[in-house]
Amino acid sequence: MKIALFIPCYVDQFYPQTGIATLELLEKLGCRVEYPMAQTCCGQPLANAGCEEDALPVYQHFTEVFGGYDYIVAPSGSCTYHVRHHYGVIEQTETVRRIRERTLDLTEFLLDVLKINQLGASFPHRVGLHQGCHGLRGLRLGKGSERTGEDFSKIKTLLQMVEGLELMDLDRPDECCGFGGTFAINEAAVSVKMGKDRISDHLRHSVEVVTGGDMSCLMHLEGIIRRQGHPLKVMHLAEILNSTL
Amino acid sequence: MNHAKKAASFIANEARTDWHDQALWFVREKRDRAAHAIPEWEALRELASQIKAHTLSNLDIYLEQFEKQALKNGAHVHWAIDAEEHNHIVHRILQKHQVRHVVKSKSMLTEECHLNPFLEQQGIEVIDTDLGERIIQLREEPPSHIVLPAIHLKKEDVGALFHEKLNSEKGATDPKYLTEAARQHLRSKFLNAQAAITGVNFAVAETGSLVVCTNEGNADMGVHLAPVQIHCMGLEKIIPRQADLGVFTRLLARSATGQPITVYTSHHQQAKVGGEMYIVIVDNGRSEHLGRADFRNALKCIRCGACMNTCPVYRRSGGHSYGSTIPGPIGSILAPGLDLEQNSDLPFASTLCGSCSDVCPVKIDIHEQLYRWRQVIAQEGHLTRVKKWSMATAGKVLASPGPYDFTGKMARTALNLLPRFALYNGLNEWGKERELPQVPKERFREWYKRVRGVGNE
Ligand code: SF4
Repeated sequence: MKIALFIPCYVDQFYPQTGIATLELLEKLGCRVEYPMAQTCCGQPLANAGCEEDALPVYQHFTEVFGGYDYIVAPSGSCTYHVRHHYGVIEQTETVRRIRERTLDLTEFLLDVLKINQLGASFPHRVGLHQGCHGLRGLRLGKGSERTGEDFSKIKTLLQMVEGLELMDLDRPDECCGFGGTFAINEAAVSVKMGKDRISDHLRHSVEVVTGGDMSCLMHLEGIIRRQGHPLKVMHLAEILNSTL
Repeated sequence: MNHAKKAASFIANEARTDWHDQALWFVREKRDRAAHAIPEWEALRELASQIKAHTLSNLDIYLEQFEKQALKNGAHVHWAIDAEEHNHIVHRILQKHQVRHVVKSKSMLTEECHLNPFLEQQGIEVIDTDLGERIIQLREEPPSHIVLPAIHLKKEDVGALFHEKLNSEKGATDPKYLTEAARQHLRSKFLNAQAAITGVNFAVAETGSLVVCTNEGNADMGVHLAPVQIHCMGLEKIIPRQADLGVFTRLLARSATGQPITVYTSHHQQAKVGGEMYIVIVDNGRSEHLGRADFRNALKCIRCGACMNTCPVYRRSGGHSYGSTIPGPIGSILAPGLDLEQNSDLPFASTLCGSCSDVCPVKIDIHEQLYRWRQVIAQEGHLTRVKKWSMATAGKVLASPGPYDFTGKMARTALNLLPRFALYNGLNEWGKERELPQVPKERFREWYKRVRGVGNE
């Protein structure tokens, strides 16, 4: 099984520890993982801003870089969603079709491909889960509160495997944090207000560490947390799953 | 003023924003409880969505069938190509019956057509009889929500308004008292009215009948008392059969307010004895919208308002920040079809979180349409030049590994790449209330090169 690691551009630049944790975790679980150095970005920041046309060469580049792998694993529901759902605009060659099927968020890869049921991780803290919208509603990594039917959450399933971790309930378990790419800048007032409201929810429930599958949401929340001096930390899910005592 | 600016001024009053957010979240939670109590909820949504898809694909046939049945029932049927024609038709009907006083129950269509100011200019009194509608009419402002038109107002605001306009007690805030004051005021208007105008929730092609859903019974009161009844509907209100109606009434009230059904579900099929029944079917851009393959599904909307209640942006920016008759997520995908340039900010007033699409009882892919409108807006040249240029540059940089692979802390400190897209108009917007991420000693790729040896090129 040839596995490629896709590290989103902002993770590469600002949160290398997330990339490292993802790589180490996969290796711990027995995978041989390559990080193709030619990779750049999935193109989402451009397309979400309306500039899909400018993103097309980025899509082509992504396809060239990752075409030869069985799986492309990314510690990001959002980038994964973009590749799977929005790469339909380029020519659907066999490679493109395979890439769109085989690009998986880390949680999906762990549970649906590796089918792990234990981790050997330990993280004795009160954790609040921030469910990234693209992972939750785009990839259906869990059941959103809007939908009826059996409750499930892939991220929670993984967190429950971590020893000592106490997952705290929230008043609004899946409300958007307000990041939204360019939205964070174009609509800064609403974006920040949404982030503040998410943070208060975590604070009200004595959370120590906010985690999630998307570092972009956490980057935005962290920006507000640090500015306001709250006693909260953010950590990508991969870091928690990779932690040992 | 664009959405972002109006939203910022709304949020400037944070306590009121919190109150607004919570009031609507309360409705969203009521909707959740009602929906979760129906085991077949998701199947019901799918069915409703398919009925609407079928109807939209055969709209001409069903509209003609509806007209034929309605005429058979003795109603008069008029067709209006746009808002102006709609207003003139209504005016002509009123003139014919020498009507000076009209009561109107809630209708987003007549809002869209700006019927009230038009009729008032002709010297006709139009009184909105839905409580929320009457409140905003007295305040001379547009609705801020399609189901809860006065949701932006607190009871204190209503107390002050009624004191000024209806002579109620000063400082009164008791909802019961205020409702009673409105009731007394409206009673004389009802008795005085020579014509009643209603909106339409569903028009059944098979029977030629109209269904109007309200909680206050004001639509019925109006229609029963006035000799002339006029029903104004957008042409997408058609459903094929009476048997389909239950699918929608089950979804509508639960999605809108969490009620199992609206208090009144009124079926209008014929004029009362000695009365006249008019139906005005309005296009006003709808058939053009039907021709837009990527966006036609928006016409499935049954105007339940659930997408507004769930929208984290709407809840924190208020309906008026959208500047379109229909605010919120659905408004943001309809308005660009009416005037792309004027509404080009609306598809960007969203994080694309997708909650709207998941609450929508007819499964409109709202957030996908927001995304696609953004592409149209950029293609038609409605992005600022700087933004367009910075995106094109970023696209080139990201399409090859060369320029992306620069290393060194300096480059990252300058945020030379991403969020490069943020650079065009302001890290200051990011930084006003947020810290930038701390710049690590090395990028992931630097770490990888160093620790693992140069990677697999
Ligand atoms: S788009 Fe859907 S959720 Fe929004 S008002 Fe229309 S029917 Fe309701």
